[in-house]
Amino acid sequence: MHELAISPAIAALRVRIAQLEGDGARAREVLPFGVPSLDRKLPGGGLALGCLHEVAGGGNGAVDGAAAACFVAGIAARTQGKVLWCVAQQDLFAPGLEQAGLPPDRVIHVEAGDDKSVLACMEEGLRHGGLGAVVADIARLPMTASRRLHLAAKESGTIGLALRRWRRQAEASDFGQPTAAMTRWRISVLPSRPLPVPGVGRARWLIELIRARAGESLDIELEACDGSGHLGLPADMADRPAAAEGRRHSAAS
Amino acid sequence: MTAVDATAQALGLRVGMPVTKAQALVPGLVIEPADPKADAESLERLALWVLQRIAPIVAVDPPDGIVIDSTGADHLHGGDAAMLDALIGRLTLSGVSARAAIADTWGAAHALARYGSNPVLIAMPGASIDMLAPLPLEALRLSPAIPAGLRDLGFSRIGDLIGQPRAPLTLRFGPELSRRLDQALGNSAEPIEPLRPEDMIEARRSFAEPIAAAETIARYIGKLVATLCEALEVRGLGVRRLDLLCHRIDSRVETVRIGLARPVRDPQRLTRLLCDKIETIDPGLGIEIMTLTATLAEPMTERQAVSHLIEAPEPDLSGLIDTLANRVGARAIYRFAPVASDVPERSVCRIPALAEETGAGWPDHWPRPSRLLPRPDPIETMALLPDDPPNWISWRGVRRRVRRADGPERVFGEWWKRDAELVAVRDYFRIEDDAGERFWIFRAGDGEDVATGSHRWFLHGVFG
Repeated sequence: MHELAISPAIAALRVRIAQLEGDGARAREVLPFGVPSLDRKLPGGGLALGCLHEVAGGGNGAVDGAAAACFVAGIAARTQGKVLWCVAQQDLFAPGLEQAGLPPDRVIHVEAGDDKSVLACMEEGLRHGGLGAVVADIARLPMTASRRLHLAAKESGTIGLALRRWRRQAEASDFGQPTAAMTRWRISVLPSRPLPVPGVGRARWLIELIRARAGESLDIELEACDGSGHLGLPADMADRPAAAEGRRHSAAS
Repeated sequence: MTAVDATAQALGLRVGMPVTKAQALVPGLVIEPADPKADAESLERLALWVLQRIAPIVAVDPPDGIVIDSTGADHLHGGDAAMLDALIGRLTLSGVSARAAIADTWGAAHALARYGSNPVLIAMPGASIDMLAPLPLEALRLSPAIPAGLRDLGFSRIGDLIGQPRAPLTLRFGPELSRRLDQALGNSAEPIEPLRPEDMIEARRSFAEPIAAAETIARYIGKLVATLCEALEVRGLGVRRLDLLCHRIDSRVETVRIGLARPVRDPQRLTRLLCDKIETIDPGLGIEIMTLTATLAEPMTERQAVSHLIEAPEPDLSGLIDTLANRVGARAIYRFAPVASDVPERSVCRIPALAEETGAGWPDHWPRPSRLLPRPDPIETMALLPDDPPNWISWRGVRRRVRRADGPERVFGEWWKRDAELVAVRDYFRIEDDAGERFWIFRAGDGEDVATGSHRWFLHGVFG
């Protein structure tokens, strides 16, 4: 519906650019988030499979990578097949991942020891083709390495998720460096949904799409992944103008 | 008496004591006649077991030792120390008490394993001389008369011999002393003749001209693998451990070992795994013989690929797991599985990546963090005892006001595991600060009774 609103000239230009980039031959499959206001902004209506995507935490999340890990687990949970998760030092807590939708039977963990081996293992996983998703916790992701990963993902059609995570807050400025990734996300924690009783409600995130190839950036407040890996639209925001605008679009098309 | 066990040693019995004296010391002593032939046979069986599981070059070091060349195999175990731990652990489980040492040379390792102070010892490269110096002369593998003669001359330690002029000593004791000393210090080479059982499947190739280029090595690896796979197919076996031995013209041996999660005889896959390791082979001046052995082979049943019309076939991941295992070590690839325990760090265990799916998960009553700190981090707090969450916490120098909190979730110590946990208690809280960051913290103790814990607070995990 959103696509139709674009003028034919721009659509023709997009086709030409896609041909120049070399991925015009095969239409990419996408993995929708199931949240219309998010999917509508993504090219193709969802997260492209067979690509590399980058995710980092905002604020302290750049160091602990907890919210980013849940976000990534939610994406991986909605793919088919096993998930390979490469880390340098293991600190993932499997019960927490299960609550984000990723049961322990589906995840094969690799504890590679250093960043270089993590990249090598991720590439190996992406090339194999039998996995649903490959995730890696990486601090440095140089352009060359990211291009290799992206090509490997493109060949096999497996989605690659680079979870950027640094030792110190100061190193997080590395996230501005260019990479070959298709999209770049930043997940920051927000205060949880207020409850009528004392206690902590469902977690909320500020999800920023900082960069998307052939797409627009956006930021949106959403509720964290549920047990099946789906993000939720906050109840008090479902009727806000952003969502209402979406309905107008669909009515017009 | 030729051997005594630990109990006998505690009773005061020693090797070399006459049997009659021992019987006089300990009434009712059980004596087994020595059987050197059976001992040698069982030592060889043990060496074979080590060969199949630990390293490609293993030999018997009679009468009581096994010598292992660990080069080229430690990557499968995750380093020298982990390999030694695994070896000693498995020997202990099967009732063999062992001492082990890793050193630069056979001679040094022999001495350190038998006369070193630690039962498990790893000498850093180049540090062998310093570690050998305080050991007694018997550690040098000399015939019994020589140490006695040397002691008469006033030498008591290996360190005394190291700086001495060799000619007078050789004149008196013969060439053996100098040879053993040089072998221990690494001045002269001492090749290990690897143990090869008769029925082992092997492919071998000698070259008229020594080869050294990586491409040439890769080509011959391909030919050897093809030959080996044919031999395996005749016997219906698949390989679990594959060793490539490259004999160099300077009589050194370069080894590569490949481990596989399931029996395999697919030439393409084996060639690829071996070729990944070519960069670890140092051809020196050239390689003249290459041998490829299926050290551990297991029966392999061919399965017919069943095709379903509706479901897509389950992709085979064993190839990927093998490639990764040969890169980072088999221990570094695993899945998590639940363990019935309320203590968070004990509630997960690691199982092999290709183990059967358990289908089990963790109880879903309480939210769990996605990242768990390796060990709980002490924090400063201000909290109302016994039941309330803290008003604020201070972690890594940052003070955070607690806005919302859930808890306590009480975790009791597992008294059936350790007596010290009989009354131990942890109270877990899930807290959220002003900025929305969510943490998992706990107080050691129930807040009333000091016996249940120190009442100090710790941060254990971070929620997404």
